[in-house]
Amino acid sequence: MPVLVKIPTQLRPAAGGAAETEVDGATVQEVLDGLFDRFEELRARIYDDDGSLRRFVNVYLAGEDIRFLDGLSTPVADGAELTILPAVAGG
Amino acid sequence: MAVTHLECKECKAHYPLQALYVCERCFGPLEAVYEHQRDGRDVGELRRRIQGGPQNIWRYADFLPLAEGPPGPSGRLASRVGLPAGCTPLIRADRLAERLGLREVWVKNDAANPTHSFKDRVVSLAAARARELGFEVIACASTGNLANSVAAHGAALGLDSYVLIPADLEEQKVLATGVYGTKLVMVDGSYDDVNRLCTELCAERRWAFVNVNLRPYYAEGSKTLAFEIAEQLGWEIPDRCVVPVASGSLFTKIAKGFDEWRELGLLDGQLPRMNGAQAEGCAPVASAFLAGHQVCRPVKPDTIAKSLAIGNPADGPYALDVARRTGGSIDAVSDEEIREGIALLAETTGIFTETAGGVSAAVLRKLADRGEIERDESVVLLITGDGLKTLDAVRGSFPTYSIAPTIEAFEATVPEGVAAV
Ligand SMILES: Cc1ncc(COP(=O)(O)O)c(C=O)c1O
Ligand SMILES: [Zn+2]
Repeated sequence: MPVLVKIPTQLRPAAGGAAETEVDGATVQEVLDGLFDRFEELRARIYDDDGSLRRFVNVYLAGEDIRFLDGLSTPVADGAELTILPAVAGG
Repeated sequence: MAVTHLECKECKAHYPLQALYVCERCFGPLEAVYEHQRDGRDVGELRRRIQGGPQNIWRYADFLPLAEGPPGPSGRLASRVGLPAGCTPLIRADRLAERLGLREVWVKNDAANPTHSFKDRVVSLAAARARELGFEVIACASTGNLANSVAAHGAALGLDSYVLIPADLEEQKVLATGVYGTKLVMVDGSYDDVNRLCTELCAERRWAFVNVNLRPYYAEGSKTLAFEIAEQLGWEIPDRCVVPVASGSLFTKIAKGFDEWRELGLLDGQLPRMNGAQAEGCAPVASAFLAGHQVCRPVKPDTIAKSLAIGNPADGPYALDVARRTGGSIDAVSDEEIREGIALLAETTGIFTETAGGVSAAVLRKLADRGEIERDESVVLLITGDGLKTLDAVRGSFPTYSIAPTIEAFEATVPEGVAAV
């Protein structure tokens, strides 16, 4: 069973309008790479030029910020939910 | 109308003045941009125009992102519409200054707002913009003070409201929200969890989340603190401001307020040194400042300063930049120092602040103790919330005397000759 990736509204136009999609991968990085294989346009939105997460992108695995886990190398189990969200809310 | 569009703070892409908050290209935050028409007015005329305005933040409507100017049937009636915020006292605090070995300390007491915190400034603006954009529901993710303010503004303006808070907030803040008849949602999680939930909900509902999709408008409300301070000091910029930091929005927008008025020639001189204040139990911005980093590593908050307990601050990078650019800093203080800060302010000024004000008072003391403040500097201490909302912070912190109603009991128990501290 693959991983369910939730796509924020701001990125849906670059993902064929999809709000979520299923991608295979054993780590957060692999799942994101799988996502970019499908929707190439997303890569430049989510990654900066050196291939790390842009500073205003938050990625959550089952609701936990991956920076509290192992970042992009965090392992993901089958059936897990990965949520991408803008980081500029709140206060 | 002087506001022209929204612009990405990172890649400078332009966006229309809608309920948008994030750049689609790079995920950067959007900010309001203005083009001020002076119509031949000189500085004196600009100042008189402001001084002739209402006694609340709408006197600064020219510098705020509303399409139709101050809300209400007419500009003149604006001071009586909704829950007008602002025009709070700026008090010369000589006894506090003396205790700290300083000469000129001012306290900006923003607890003197309708719901007792500076959040009424940002919510007034976001709610007014929400109405302009045709929203019928306002909502927020809150650490407490915003909750009070959104619920109250919803009631005042006849808008439905949804307020989401972490379930473990102070009881005072919960009660002072629910009373306004809002839909109060207590979330089992931290503020950062609540914020994530609201970011997700925002995509699903046509609501004006004041600090999510309306954030570019909301945030501009904090500039009015800079405008007021400058006006109250006689059109002068203070040498230093000490400001509590949660998301970092208040801190960065105070600097922006002074800056915009400098550009218009309304003020001369440099930006104040901007000193940010955090609690050690939630100090992602202070830690990044100390480490020389440009971004903040998120933390899991654990502090009595719940109003500042944002572990993943949206404006962290910009707050760091402002502190460095102005020769200021971002410092952190312990819960014990926060309690002492509350007592210090109360005993020397008669102002009872909540834990966030305890954080800024304690940081002011720390800066003074470190000898960082020159003796002739003018320093403004931002007190952004009311002590009655965080009563646990002072519970048991002073003695009381329980006696029978007789002279004998009084004389036997109550010490006399206690001078003012
Ligand atoms: C009393 C008080 N002061 C200061 C702040 C900090 O605001 P910001 O998130 O803009 O940094 C808050 C935020 O909730 C607050 O409630
Ligand atoms: Zn951008």
